[in-house]
Amino acid sequence: MKIPRTPWLLVVAAGFWAAVQLLRLVGFNDYYLFIANLSLVYVILAVSLNLINGIIGQFSLGHMGFAAVGAYVSGSITTLIFKLSPNVAAHYPGFVLALVAGGVAAALVGVAIGFPTLRLKGDYLAIVTLGFGEIIRTVFNNIDAVGGPRGLLGIPKFSTFTVILAFALITVAVIRNIAESAHGRNMIAIRENELAADLVGIDTTGYKVKAFALGAFFAGIGGGLYAHLLQIAHPTQFGFIYSVQVLIMVYAGGVGSLTGSVLAAFALTILTQLLKSGLSSLKSLTGLPIGGDWYMVLYALLLILIMLYRTEGLMGTREAKLMVIPEEDDK
Amino acid sequence: MGSIFNLQQVVNGLQLGSIYALIALGYTMVYGIVRLINFAHGDFYMIGAYTAYGAFFLFNAVLGGSGLPMAAVALVLAMLASGLVALLTNRLAYRPLRYKPKLSSLITAIGVSMLIEYLFSALPFIGPSFRAFPEILPSVPIKLGQNATISTHALIDIGVAAVLMIGLTILVRHTTLGKAMRAVSQDKDAAKLMGIDVEKVIAWTFMIGGAFAGAAGLLAGMTYPRIFPFMGILPGLKAFIAAVLGGIGNIPGAVLGAYIMGVAETFATAYNSLLGEGIAFAILIVVLLVRPRGILGEKHADKI
Amino acid sequence: MSAVLKVTGMSHWFGGLKAVSNFNFEVPEGAIYGLIGPNGSGKTTTFNLITGIYKPTEGKIEFSGGDITGAKPYRIVRKGVARTFQNLRIFGSMSVLDNVRVARQYAPVSSFLASTLRLPSYKAEERARKAEAMNLLDVLHLSGRAKEQAKNLPYGELRRLEIARALATNPSLLLLDEPAAGMNPKEVQDLMALIARVRDEFKVTVFLIEHHMKFVMGLCERIKVLDFGETIAEGVPELVAKDPRVLEAYLGKKGGH
Repeated sequence: MKIPRTPWLLVVAAGFWAAVQLLRLVGFNDYYLFIANLSLVYVILAVSLNLINGIIGQFSLGHMGFAAVGAYVSGSITTLIFKLSPNVAAHYPGFVLALVAGGVAAALVGVAIGFPTLRLKGDYLAIVTLGFGEIIRTVFNNIDAVGGPRGLLGIPKFSTFTVILAFALITVAVIRNIAESAHGRNMIAIRENELAADLVGIDTTGYKVKAFALGAFFAGIGGGLYAHLLQIAHPTQFGFIYSVQVLIMVYAGGVGSLTGSVLAAFALTILTQLLKSGLSSLKSLTGLPIGGDWYMVLYALLLILIMLYRTEGLMGTREAKLMVIPEEDDK
Repeated sequence: MGSIFNLQQVVNGLQLGSIYALIALGYTMVYGIVRLINFAHGDFYMIGAYTAYGAFFLFNAVLGGSGLPMAAVALVLAMLASGLVALLTNRLAYRPLRYKPKLSSLITAIGVSMLIEYLFSALPFIGPSFRAFPEILPSVPIKLGQNATISTHALIDIGVAAVLMIGLTILVRHTTLGKAMRAVSQDKDAAKLMGIDVEKVIAWTFMIGGAFAGAAGLLAGMTYPRIFPFMGILPGLKAFIAAVLGGIGNIPGAVLGAYIMGVAETFATAYNSLLGEGIAFAILIVVLLVRPRGILGEKHADKI
Repeated sequence: MSAVLKVTGMSHWFGGLKAVSNFNFEVPEGAIYGLIGPNGSGKTTTFNLITGIYKPTEGKIEFSGGDITGAKPYRIVRKGVARTFQNLRIFGSMSVLDNVRVARQYAPVSSFLASTLRLPSYKAEERARKAEAMNLLDVLHLSGRAKEQAKNLPYGELRRLEIARALATNPSLLLLDEPAAGMNPKEVQDLMALIARVRDEFKVTVFLIEHHMKFVMGLCERIKVLDFGETIAEGVPELVAKDPRVLEAYLGKKGGH
């Protein structure tokens, strides 16, 4: 008789959900809820980027380009439905389908970009993906049908805490299960030594394209949720600097560690908000001119310090227990 | 007008190409020696522009307003400031990571770039908004044949770039430092065994590359008189692409790539502004797919 | 005996430099075949050409009767050509077991979906992969190290790990690139016995490159000697060792270790 393993990931997610519901009763206000939601969106973006940059060891700098595709595609679909009949509750199935459509569109873009570029390595790949990310953004900036430089406005606020949490859970679970499977082993081998991976019979190009597509898919979902949280999809939300922010999360958490990405997504989202509000209250208190971009200065400094003094990030490549699937015969 | 070949566009392209060339040289020299895409290099260019701007307001009264002495002082200060920041960046951020995986340096470089940009943007006496660059030297158009003119600014841009590039060529070919630079770029370990102080050579390379970017910043400020803290990002990327096009690590290649890039961009923009924005990346992608080593780059077999 | 590998008129240039010039040879099935020659004589390039890392400028490479010239490396491996590397290329942060297990690519792997959902078919596959890998580690005396991170192994064990990994691809031809490099005489002795045993137990043909003369002379059944990209002698060790051109070009200069 086999006892099924406890699904710890699900337990933790359910616990988090219940805790937030309870806290809502005792003054966990909308601002805090927004930060929780934003953190979860960044969990999706960081974990999906970690599949590309950490697990299979490529270097993408254009992750927000994929998020933009997801945001615009899903946003266009839901605004259309919403215009036809503005009954929010009835539209959740449509919303989920729109998100998936956005993810699929992002994955297709990922494949289209991946085929010509993935034979490039390291810093070259970084620059080319950066370029593609910017091209995607420029394209949206020039399509009038989605608002051009004004952005796509009037997106319904469908991204509730429960929906975002559910998608974050699915993203983490799927990427973890792949990373912990034979496919994940093949990807890690590619990261460790691409030539040797090739010469044990791994289709390295095929895997890179698949990983890129899968990472782009979840980034597209993340982008869709983001747009339905802020109720707008705007070209500036998906600029290079935001791709770097997600990159910082991946490296701060430990490249190759999904646990690290989840923790860093929460920690850095909260830290950003603290810095912003901390600096602005310090500004009004002391009259010092320290608003605006100072939090980005600190952010940049953080990235440099991580690289100089803790290159492996918070977790290195280690994973928390609940992120590891034990093998059948070792107990 | 109407013809595809247009002398005016060629002149404008060469002018833009001169600025790209000065930036691209720093990229290519640094890449040739430490194999690092110095993401912050575009920001050294921005620092050059702001230093020149500051110099104008500081020395305007002493030097009696605009004119050649003012321009010369601004040029020297811009080169000095950018060169020193480049030197400092190398010492504090890149040198500690020299023997770590290459990507750590690249990410650090992204961090340095962000730090410089947002610091400038956050500092109250600089700020995020655009500033009009003062007219240090007047721009006088000179007729070139029937329907093209060349401005004195264009002559200065092309001239300063040419002088600096000739200086660099002499330095690399005929001085001890230049020989050491070539040795280090070919084989760091062998150079070390030959008694070359590798770190010193790297430091000089950053300094010279930074100073060239600073000069480009001044020229760009004079030519396209609008400066802001993030002005280095796009020209930096385009100059990098120019260096890749010419063959990264190859000095004449960077210059060649930069002029091709300048002319291509000018023509593309005249045709369609969206195309002008995208042409650089299109060039990059084509080069990397068709001839990744660039026009003048050398092919070398990987050790397996 | 038929030839498992047949190379005809193979040449390769790097830019203007000719690394391999008009190579012709046949590796007989089941043999231990040695390729010797000084540094820069084109030995590793030959392996890189056979395994598809480079595409030959000229010539033809046939494996088990099929043309593999210019095929993609991973396809060549799946047809049954495995190799080790002169400078070790292990998957450092992976466990010893995973290093071997990851090389079982000849059998189909479940889809992403089946793997993500951990369907029974996937689990059965994983069991097979693991059992096979453990068996290989046993043969190469590495089973005690299965859980360790590969990069923590000493040099000699890493060399054996590379052989185990190559065998996990289920090859019929095993290419060994300087397997005895950096080993002491005792280790070299053990390695010779191991290679002979591997050949018999796994029914593979062994094709190796080596500097180490005693090793090659003692182990190989057939030898080809290169100098500056050209073949100067070929045959059984006893005859090759007496060939005046070999003595002059190779042993004479290098002193024969």
